[in-house]
Amino acid sequence: MGRLPRWLTVIAVVAAAFAVLPLLGLASRANWAQLPSQLASPSSLTALGLSLRTAAAATALCVIFGVPLGFALASLKGVSRAVLRAILLAPLVLPPVVSGLGLLYAFGRKGLLGGTLDAAGIPVAFTTAAVVLAQAFVAMPFMVVSVEAALAARDGRLEAIAATLGAGRSRILRVITLPGIGVAAAMGAVLAFARSLGEFGATLTFAGSLEGVTRTAPLQIYLARESDPQAAVALGLVLVALAILIVAAAARPGRRVIP
Amino acid sequence: MRGHTTIATVAAVAVGALTLGACGAHNDGATSTTIDVYAAASLSEVFTSLARQYEAAHPGVDVRLTFAGSSELAAQINEGAPADVFASANEAQMDAVSSHIDGAAELFASNTLTIAVPTGNPGGVTDFASLANPNLEVVVCAPTVPCGAATLEIEQSLGVTLSPVSELTNVTDVLGSVASGEADAGLVYLTDIGRAPGVEGIPFVGSDAAITRYPIAVMTTGDAQDAARGFVDYVLGSEGQSAMAAAGFAAPDATAGK
Repeated sequence: MGRLPRWLTVIAVVAAAFAVLPLLGLASRANWAQLPSQLASPSSLTALGLSLRTAAAATALCVIFGVPLGFALASLKGVSRAVLRAILLAPLVLPPVVSGLGLLYAFGRKGLLGGTLDAAGIPVAFTTAAVVLAQAFVAMPFMVVSVEAALAARDGRLEAIAATLGAGRSRILRVITLPGIGVAAAMGAVLAFARSLGEFGATLTFAGSLEGVTRTAPLQIYLARESDPQAAVALGLVLVALAILIVAAAARPGRRVIP
Repeated sequence: MRGHTTIATVAAVAVGALTLGACGAHNDGATSTTIDVYAAASLSEVFTSLARQYEAAHPGVDVRLTFAGSSELAAQINEGAPADVFASANEAQMDAVSSHIDGAAELFASNTLTIAVPTGNPGGVTDFASLANPNLEVVVCAPTVPCGAATLEIEQSLGVTLSPVSELTNVTDVLGSVASGEADAGLVYLTDIGRAPGVEGIPFVGSDAAITRYPIAVMTTGDAQDAARGFVDYVLGSEGQSAMAAAGFAAPDATAGK
């Protein structure tokens, strides 16, 4: 800190305050004495449980599909890689409601695939599966970009040596490459989980809002803030605490996160 | 020091943008007055045309409209939103902002719920009881918002329990689910039929069990109470009332007798 120019420190402090003040604002509105009872309301618990389950499922999807996708992206070169990366990262910057509409027009009853799925007895819209899809859609970029960055930064010599010693591609992947990017992939998964917990707009647009089925914690907060702001604040604080804990645990000091 | 220049430029632009934004949020001097009208989502079409008529008749007055679910608007007003007028889709939400009302709230319209289905009625909905068919995907408003409270009243009155696939926070979202064909049916206001293409209404017996009354009031949260009073009087007056009737709203005292 001491070596920073003073003006830079001042700006950094202002920026940090900008990040912290809204959290303090939330905390200032909480009724701390009644917090436990507000959280214990059936609606809040149901929403929180649904959020944790769907976010876990979405994270599993992100790992299963995002890691291979990251590998595929890293294997490309030049313009095709840049273009594909931009497309794959689009959900990060899309308005959530646009993501929701896109999912609806793909998997909804009248969507590109949805009609077929519906006819096959696999309805997607308004189901818990729709929540998981919405979360996975917006969280996948974290996984893909973590894996791709780790692969781009790694030293390929070990793989080359292993190949000259006669190891097959899958073996090299399992023994050398995957352990090498493990930390980055874990960080990607953690960010995907945190992002899934916070997903709101795409879920509301694509999955709707029904207690126990599609009403995740952010949707419950949105609904409660009109009729019971105290409950909304209580549940909001839980999400804030969870998000901070999750990211802090993944990036605790001394652990190499950024490859 | 290129870095300094860049930061100074960014800071100057940021400050400039903030200043402009702040100016824009207030009245543009003595020549014009801006009234901020917060109105229920179900009023969006009729209030948009009413506001344009009012502006035409009152040069120098600019009516700025904000539409959302009544409960959301009430929550915003209680958090300090600068509303000059609040037009709610039920009395409970007007009561929720009672500490900000200038004068008294007055009823200016009423509405009833109807069944909305996608054109052609693919789900074969006939009456309210048929909405309980578990094979139908039915969408309603959440009980905490006016259209949801009315839905619950009708369910109780008719002894029919619905199993909706989604409970949304305003009637426009319900209408959207039906219009897109994602839902087989939804409960919306009579006046919502015609707001969205691809939607037709199915009136049902028993809909008068829940009459929704719309109150309007001048709010102390804004800074144009006098001008706001003029707009409220306009809505309550003959021109406003005929526009409401043309949009399908009933008179405020219609079918009173709940």
